[in-house]
Amino acid sequence: MNKKMLSAPFLFWSALFIIIPLCMVFYYGLTDKNGAFTLENVMAIATPEHSKALWEALKLSVISTIICLLLAYPLAMILCNLNVNQNSFIIMIFVLPMWMNFLLRTLAWQTLLEKTGVINSVLGFFHLPTLNIINTPSAIVLGMVYNFLPFMVLPLYNVLVKIDRNVINAARDLGANELQTFMKIIFPLSLPGMFSGITMVFVPALTTFVISKMLGGSKILLIGNIIEQEFTQTGNWNLGSGLSIVLMLFIIFNMVISTVTDKDGEVNAL
Amino acid sequence: MKNALVNLVNITKSFGDQMILDDLNLYIRENEFLTLLGPSGCGKTTTLRILGGFETPDKGQVIFDGKDITNLPPNKRNLNTVFQKYALFTHMTIAENIAFGLKIKNKSKTYIDDKIKYALKLVNLDGYENRMPDSLSGGQQQRIAIARAIVNEPKLLLLDEPLGALDLKLRQDMQYELIRLKNELGITFIYVTHDQEEALTMSDTIVVMNQGYIQQIGTPENIYNEPENAFVADFIGDSNIIGATMIQDRLVEILGARFACVDEGFGTNKPVDVVIRPEDVELVAPEEGTIQGTVTHLIFKGVHYEMEVEANGYEWLVQSTRMCPVGTHVGIKVDPFNIQIMNKPESEDEEAVGVNE
Repeated sequence: MNKKMLSAPFLFWSALFIIIPLCMVFYYGLTDKNGAFTLENVMAIATPEHSKALWEALKLSVISTIICLLLAYPLAMILCNLNVNQNSFIIMIFVLPMWMNFLLRTLAWQTLLEKTGVINSVLGFFHLPTLNIINTPSAIVLGMVYNFLPFMVLPLYNVLVKIDRNVINAARDLGANELQTFMKIIFPLSLPGMFSGITMVFVPALTTFVISKMLGGSKILLIGNIIEQEFTQTGNWNLGSGLSIVLMLFIIFNMVISTVTDKDGEVNAL
Repeated sequence: MKNALVNLVNITKSFGDQMILDDLNLYIRENEFLTLLGPSGCGKTTTLRILGGFETPDKGQVIFDGKDITNLPPNKRNLNTVFQKYALFTHMTIAENIAFGLKIKNKSKTYIDDKIKYALKLVNLDGYENRMPDSLSGGQQQRIAIARAIVNEPKLLLLDEPLGALDLKLRQDMQYELIRLKNELGITFIYVTHDQEEALTMSDTIVVMNQGYIQQIGTPENIYNEPENAFVADFIGDSNIIGATMIQDRLVEILGARFACVDEGFGTNKPVDVVIRPEDVELVAPEEGTIQGTVTHLIFKGVHYEMEVEANGYEWLVQSTRMCPVGTHVGIKVDPFNIQIMNKPESEDEEAVGVNE
């Protein structure tokens, strides 16, 4: 009885800030302006403008996730082989930016990348060709990778560091060279961490509207930006909610697939 | 040195400024069950890891089957290791675990299947092919680890405290199993343990190590009955180790009383250490004993009684099937053959000095 009481604040919190808002999203998403049931808002994803934004968001978030993975995996492996003092220092360097405001960090990149920004001033000073990636998909990908990389490094590091050294030694002992040991032992054993890293990078990257707004100018609209506009500018809550539902189902669908692929079910679902 | 399968020559290894092995020399004969025995930190595991290829010695050579393998990576060595905590591949089935080494060597599927069947039969786990390692008990996992190693037909099997994580009963069963496996397979075993009973039960040869030095090499009987110094005597089994004086050949003075013994060549009036195993101390009527004392403690141990007898200022540990209640006045008698005389170490350093065979 007492133990159940302890969960009361959490249940209250969940009801107030998760269940009720979710119900409201579904209510708005499945009704029109007059409150009558309709699937129009959900089906609106099929319009060229919206599906292009979804496709664009999908493309950029997949690219970002892949880049994060390629950067994080070797890094996590190096971290595992360092001694405790060294690796906690490097992990801190990676986690440190997360303690600063997300908007501020993205704003900093905007200033750095601007046509007359810091990077181009420096390049210009040395008479090097300037970098014109602000307001392009490349800048958005850069922003996503920069902001979400720690979320890939940490789960990967966590699984890799837990692999028993003797398991790796056993593979070597049984005749596997370093590459075979990686492919047959280390990589399969790191899959749970990889899946949770992918989830933790892919989902926020897919739904972001801040990074695309700040680094992509107003030229590139991702699905996140469209939804944001429906709420803040057009004022069409029904359409915004409808598109949110689509995005949510899309993410759930992806999660289910990755959970099924991962036999052990060790994905830390968000 | 003839038919030595492994030869460790002048192996030195230190981690940072901590010396683990100092100029270690050891050879292992073909078909031998050799145990490296010692307390933790004595260098026994490091010796095994150097053999397995997981550590490179700072100095010295590892000769295996006539070839210098000192700098060869583990995967190029024709030997296999059974690790302390099994180290099974948890993402693979039992069959895949056992097949791992064979698949790397590109053996045919029928060959691999036959080998899996054979190995599982050998460790008494037929039919476990499709189980996952996590669903097996500790003892079963350890047997799979052994099966995984021996299907590769190594010339030498290294075992790093493989029974350490198992409970007593299972450990005893596995000891017999290991002896049987060794005899059936004709593989040379090098076994690392800190458990003296395990070492005595299984080994052909025991190497007692302490602080990076070999203290004594010998058969289990040899190590137990004729320890060369106080460390070995103390580490292997219970013992009474008493400072004494060698009066002349075959006569030693222990705690002021003269005992006949069988050792010769220690000189006259020379200080020595004497080892008397508790089961070799005979309690007799006071007038029949060489010295007299009083029983101070009595514990029933199942097979025998364990008693402490205070005599001439020393607490003698005595094991006997005959019980003497606390307070009994008794005489102590020791058969000359059961008194083992050892040279006293002249300094702290010499206590850890290597023994040259």
